[in-house]
Amino acid sequence: MSATPTTFPAGDDIARAWWNGVADGRIGYQVCADCGAVQFYPRSHCTACGSARCETRASKGAGAIFSITVVHRPPSEALRAHAPYAIALVDLDEGFRMMAHADPGCAIGDRVTAAFIPFGDRVVPRFARA
Amino acid sequence: MAYIAGVGNTRYGKVEGSSTLSLASEAAHLAMADAGLGVKDIDGVLTGYSTTLPHIMLATVIAERMGIRPVYAHAMQAGGATGVAMVMLAKLLVDSGQCRAVLALAGENRASGQSRDQSIQTLAQAGHSDFEVPYGATIPAYYGLLAARYMHQFGVTGADLAELAVLMRRHAGTHPDAHLRTPVTLDDVMASKPIALPLRLLDCCPVSDGGVAVVVTREPTGAARVRIRGAGQAHLHQHISCMRDWADCGAAQAAGRAFAEAGMTTKDVDYLAVYDSFTITLAMLLEETGFAPRGGAGAMARDGRFGVAGDLPLNTHGGLLSFGHCGVGGGLAHLVEAQRQLAGKAGARQVKKATTAFIHGDGGVMSSHVSMLLERM
Ligand SMILES: [Zn+2]
Repeated sequence: MSATPTTFPAGDDIARAWWNGVADGRIGYQVCADCGAVQFYPRSHCTACGSARCETRASKGAGAIFSITVVHRPPSEALRAHAPYAIALVDLDEGFRMMAHADPGCAIGDRVTAAFIPFGDRVVPRFARA
Repeated sequence: MAYIAGVGNTRYGKVEGSSTLSLASEAAHLAMADAGLGVKDIDGVLTGYSTTLPHIMLATVIAERMGIRPVYAHAMQAGGATGVAMVMLAKLLVDSGQCRAVLALAGENRASGQSRDQSIQTLAQAGHSDFEVPYGATIPAYYGLLAARYMHQFGVTGADLAELAVLMRRHAGTHPDAHLRTPVTLDDVMASKPIALPLRLLDCCPVSDGGVAVVVTREPTGAARVRIRGAGQAHLHQHISCMRDWADCGAAQAAGRAFAEAGMTTKDVDYLAVYDSFTITLAMLLEETGFAPRGGAGAMARDGRFGVAGDLPLNTHGGLLSFGHCGVGGGLAHLVEAQRQLAGKAGARQVKKATTAFIHGDGGVMSSHVSMLLERM
């Protein structure tokens, strides 16, 4: 995968850096250097203790499906070619939960690992049964 | 004390030629007439947001259009909970002596004023713009995730959820202003086209035009002596990926605060007005606030408990699922129907016993919760 910076709109440098990591096949998450709390999504301060020393680490990309929905009615014409696609909440082994794509056949409780696929204006993590 | 002195609503559905301001002011005039008040009597104006009129000062725009010069006015944003939140603030304003009569109003030409894609994309922004929306998520997708997990965790079935859609459509059929009035069966709901599975088309509310208004006063102004006995809020997260406990999304906390202020329990309530953007929304809220056992909302609907003749009549106007959803006015319509039931003005929909009502509004993805208890004096 390429390390070219993303061109899609993203809220701030923290979000852009996270998506650039995904484009390189890496799911970043934060660990507080002061209290050890794990947090996702990435932000400038620890929500547990307020520290600004949030270290970014790369997840191994393994976890379990917490919930999953299969979208048949996408939000835009541009995404219609992808439908139906599955959106999941995935609990990663490092102790955080994130939204991502998943194989539509996945079920709640399934062990999954991340792959990285093009979707819309970017590459997104997509989980499949381990 | 704070009274809901008057209520009003426009027809819901596709109202060609309407605008946020025309719908809101039409409803406001109806509510003021119901309260027996004129524009000169109103000294507070609260409104919500409008996706079709994203003005930076909506309350003063509406006040000017109506000829009101309030001592207190601004717009509010708490998603679908905005309507009940406005009435809670109106209560605080009259209780504190800031205002004597507050007009809380909302309107939006959400069906005729934008394309379906525009509407779906605008609403999807309730999700995180960087960490949820890029996955092609929509409001039904967020609620689809809620539904899948809730069904898995608490043993709820698709048929349980469908009961709630059938019930809301039956109720809407008796209200002349409702958007969707054609009856549907359990099979219709379960065979409707998939939107964000497990949610299907008839598990989702429609996009509607409509306007609603409420007048909250310090003193009763007429025969309708419906008083706000208590109110409470809770806000535990905004985004579904940050929601931690599916058994505690904030609804019980908001309700608990309202019940504590009112000095009441769920057993004292005889009418329910509960937010129902999707069938799963209604099931989760009824169960978390203690009006149905976990996983039991569908069975209670099946047994007729929530019908007009049941012991806990629920959303007798048809709710968001069938009366319609025009944004802030969608959530406020539940309160309007509750006031009409308590005032004995619900016509053919009038329930036998309506002395107290529980109202619950939910905004975002079970994100913002506002509960309220009304009582007929
Ligand atoms: Zn910390």
